[in-house]
Amino acid sequence: MRQIHHEIPFLAKLLGVASVRHPRDPASAQIARSLWQITQAIILFAVIAWLIHAGAAAMEYRWQWYRVGPFFYRIIDGEFIPGPLIKGIIVTLKLAAISSVLSILIGALTAIGRLSNSIAGRAIATTYLEIIRNTPLLVQLFMFYFVLAPIFGIDRFWAGVLCLAAFEGSFAAEIIRGGIQAVERGQYEAGDATGLSKFDKYRYVIIPQALPLILPPLTGLLISLIKHSAIVSVIAVAELTTEGLNLISDTYMAFEIWFIVAGMYLVLTTSLSVLVNILEVKMNRAR
Amino acid sequence: MTHTPATASKTDPNILISFDGVSKWFDNFQALRDINLLVKQGERVVVCGPSGSGKSTMIRCVNQLETHQRGVIHVCGREVYGNMKELEKVRREVGMVFQSFNLFPHMSILENVTLAPVRNIKLSRGEANEIALHYLERVQIADQADKFPSQLSGGQQQRVAIARALAMKPRVMLFDEPTSALDPEMINEVLDVMTELADEGMTMMVVTHEMGFAREVADRVVFMDEGRVEENCSKDEFFTGGRGERAQIFLSKILQH
Ligand SMILES: Nc1ncnc2c1ncn2[C@@H]1O[C@H](COP(=O)(O)OP(=O)(O)O)[C@@H](O)[C@H]1O
Ligand SMILES: [Mg+2]
Repeated sequence: MRQIHHEIPFLAKLLGVASVRHPRDPASAQIARSLWQITQAIILFAVIAWLIHAGAAAMEYRWQWYRVGPFFYRIIDGEFIPGPLIKGIIVTLKLAAISSVLSILIGALTAIGRLSNSIAGRAIATTYLEIIRNTPLLVQLFMFYFVLAPIFGIDRFWAGVLCLAAFEGSFAAEIIRGGIQAVERGQYEAGDATGLSKFDKYRYVIIPQALPLILPPLTGLLISLIKHSAIVSVIAVAELTTEGLNLISDTYMAFEIWFIVAGMYLVLTTSLSVLVNILEVKMNRAR
Repeated sequence: MTHTPATASKTDPNILISFDGVSKWFDNFQALRDINLLVKQGERVVVCGPSGSGKSTMIRCVNQLETHQRGVIHVCGREVYGNMKELEKVRREVGMVFQSFNLFPHMSILENVTLAPVRNIKLSRGEANEIALHYLERVQIADQADKFPSQLSGGQQQRVAIARALAMKPRVMLFDEPTSALDPEMINEVLDVMTELADEGMTMMVVTHEMGFAREVADRVVFMDEGRVEENCSKDEFFTGGRGERAQIFLSKILQH
């Protein structure tokens, strides 16, 4: 009897039924709400999966999931041989990492240019931003690959890296500029009034206060850069999307491979977001 | 031979601040109209006047937080205008205390006070800490040195701001309504520190509505209205009737509180 009494509220909570003993327990209400939301999501996904399945069956698509293993890797004589998908995602990561670093650099320089008193600095920064913002990314990619690459003798990988860096750099520039401008005017004045040089003022007073405003949107931008990097498949850089395209033309397994490629991007970006969130929480707690 | 303030301040080392025909515009709005003013070594000048009369703008021109468009300003023998290197030198001789404290929120109290000495005159950490603690003691807040600004009351923060300005060993201190943002019970702890500073002979330019402080501490009172210096006379003259009609009205309004 005693034990049953103990179990009931717990079960009630799990099922989202308001507990008898605490009819308005906010925690159980919240659990009920999230359970309902999870159920909704599951139903939605089931419907979509069924639609795809039914559609594929109607067009007599032959699923061949059993063949996808070697697309990731094979083990021959105990040796690990990466398949095209693993090779592709490594190139994607390399591409994204290098262009991230470059786009932060470009963004910082552009922000400094726009905030500076130098007319040349402002003009260059503004011109760059206007060009990047007002032309399609695809056209920018072609400019880098067909015009700049042959002139400066760079290969397709670096053409892709530079194009992505230039594109994301324009967004990074605005994020950085916004963060710096969000620091209160009184802070600039206190820095000036104590006779700090312009460099010291930014280094010790402004930037440390701007960073917490800049970092969250900037990491978001860099994570989305991973997705944007798919566009360089257009110039056949051997990254994940290109490898996926090649596989499809070899095997005609379009459905399986697109699902896998999308899934790989999804896993990569969501796990990075989770990681960043954890780091953010830790950083806030350290303060 | 005419002796303009500007030429006087170049030759007379006792004149620390001189305004000579200074005007300033915000776009089309003229905030300062032909200001002439001298502040001598050791003088305590209180600036008062109605809100919007240009008091902040004038005091902020001294260290060029605002730039003027006409006239000449000399501070500690240097003309302030344009040249950043010269301006940095002037700013290191001029301490400023703001209405809203403007402490650096991401730094401890001690770091707030040591930043300028460490960066500007390349003191070692140890020396800077020693100086900082000395000034924090003078404003009676040394026991809070490791806290952050947000952990202090307004009055405490303003005293830290004073210590921060003093740590650069300035020759002049500027105060722009240092007690206006404070709860009433904290006003005196800040005014006391300022009075002490005045007793030690610090040259001070203080924008304030605290007429009690003016009576006690000021050598001279400057009354501003609509961007002009309307009165510039000794404290006694100002408080015993040597003032014009506008100052009269202003004073009667203020003293009603
Ligand atoms: N940054 C600014 N831009 C435009 N107008 C300003 C600015 N700062 C002050 N003013 C104007 O200049 C006048 C004088 O302002 P201020 O010096 O702050 O007056 P006070 O300190 O005597 O109250 C006011 O009319 C104010 O609106
Ligand atoms: Mg003011």
